Amino acid sequence: MSDRVHLIYNPERECMSRDELHAWQSARLRETVRREYDNVPMYRARMDEKGVKPEDIRSVDDLRYLPFMEKTDLRDYYPFDLLASPQSEIVRIQGSSGTTGKPIVAGYTRNDIDVWSEMMARTLTAAGCTRDDKVQVAYGLGLFTGGFGAYQGADRIGAMVVPMSSGNTQRQIMMMKDLGVTMLCCTPSYATYLGETIREMGLVPGRDLKLKAGCFGAEPWTEAMRQHLEELLGIDACDIYGLTEIAGPGVAFDCLEKHGMHINEDHVIAEIINPATGEPLPYGEKGELVFTTITKTGMPMLRYRTHDICSLTDKPCECGRTFARMSRITGRTDDMLIIRGVNVFPSQIESVLIKTQGVAPHYMLVVDRVNNSDTLEVQVELTEEMFSDTVGHIENVRRYISEQIKSVVGISAKVTLNAPKSMPRSEGKAKRVIDNRKI
Amino acid sequence: MFIQQLSIFLENNPGTLRAMTELLGKGGIDLLALSIADTQSFGIVRTIVTSSQIDKALALLRENGYIAKVNHVICAAVPDRPLGLSELLAVIEQSKLSVEYMYSFLRAAEPGTARMILRLDDGKKAEEVFEHSGIVMLGQEEVDQM
Repeated sequence: MSDRVHLIYNPERECMSRDELHAWQSARLRETVRREYDNVPMYRARMDEKGVKPEDIRSVDDLRYLPFMEKTDLRDYYPFDLLASPQSEIVRIQGSSGTTGKPIVAGYTRNDIDVWSEMMARTLTAAGCTRDDKVQVAYGLGLFTGGFGAYQGADRIGAMVVPMSSGNTQRQIMMMKDLGVTMLCCTPSYATYLGETIREMGLVPGRDLKLKAGCFGAEPWTEAMRQHLEELLGIDACDIYGLTEIAGPGVAFDCLEKHGMHINEDHVIAEIINPATGEPLPYGEKGELVFTTITKTGMPMLRYRTHDICSLTDKPCECGRTFARMSRITGRTDDMLIIRGVNVFPSQIESVLIKTQGVAPHYMLVVDRVNNSDTLEVQVELTEEMFSDTVGHIENVRRYISEQIKSVVGISAKVTLNAPKSMPRSEGKAKRVIDNRKI
Repeated sequence: MFIQQLSIFLENNPGTLRAMTELLGKGGIDLLALSIADTQSFGIVRTIVTSSQIDKALALLRENGYIAKVNHVICAAVPDRPLGLSELLAVIEQSKLSVEYMYSFLRAAEPGTARMILRLDDGKKAEEVFEHSGIVMLGQEEVDQM
């Protein structure tokens, strides 16, 4: 038995019996399928093609008959063709990177912002947050969902929010110390960087700082990193899972047992499928995570394939919540990389290179983690057209590629030039990524 | 008056310079002058060979997967004494030209003279200025006879 005190934001929902939950989910699934069929022509066509009518979906058990949605749908129906509510009902846009040059965007109704805020309020509460806490938001506040998600959740609880956004480490630490901040929300790698800087400044957590817990997400991390962070900052380090397409951070969250993330199942239905066949897999088996939103009205997603690999369990948790838990993400079914919290697809880099004169579209991405920060190196092949006898000219082309990658992908990359024919050529599926991070 | 120069791209890895010079050496190419511009990620080797060897050198490099180009640079004779080089540079500065890079020949010149290879931002103007200032420039024939 654990001797931890578990705070639960909404016990009525978070601790409902699995039978009650099944009925709750089934009712809302029926409404969502109807809404989607009536308002989103693309999904109606997809259902018609499969010969599925909204009335065929009577309960969660019928979920398997619905067609999937994919990230490419958000690109193909960009920006508003997946909305199931009129644009006048949309009160917020959030976004993330897409698979090519364009970002993907998600529209939220007032209801959707409420749903998302509730999910994040539960997340923070599970990590020990109450209205007496001071929450520093060091996720970027902008199109990226991290910042606003954490802000809304803390605001819903009635805690004191310190919306620092990302960067400016010295100022982050000054505010943390001066205001007596108790909870930190940021990426795990930034938390580590903050922790190490705090130590270098000679500050001692527990004496100079009042931090007690942190909610860290937007990039994959390990149990070893959790232990390191907990010792470094003297806190409980909790994991969060989320994605813009479904809501943002807070789709699933750690309780203080830290033994799998509880999925907010009254708002989303999680499935694990065999990525090759699309067949649903039972609890306990590893496969691709698929989400269906059942309370969103702006941009509901039905059977959205995350391409994240994990497993689910509905075994009871010590904390008292009945919501199923997901394991850590152990991999991807596609080639998406998460670098400094940003989703990066090799195809985005390729699109930049194809548009750049003087370089060949052969490349290699080398990802590493140096001083707790992810680094991206893009190795490209030089062509005779781009070559010159002066360094300045070649450096200009290199700088241009670097700027283009930054504008398309949203993160800085170090571009290095290599000899012709030094990159692997596409023989079926070329290996384009070397990931040296130990995660 | 300009002379031909061969520029070669090299990755900044151990052994690349050796391999490239070995390739040219085994091909019987005689390097009369050489300089390396290095950055963190790559290097540019610039070299002077005789006009009878330059096409062979270029073909050899390309066949072996190197990127190489031929361009034109100035070769100036500089008095081999203190201040010899700075006097040349003063002429360049006064004409509002700038040096992009500069290096010297490996082979000794006749006593009293050093030979510098120069790449200036405006080659045409530099040629005029040098002629006007009485700076001796060497032509391709003279290089070929080295």
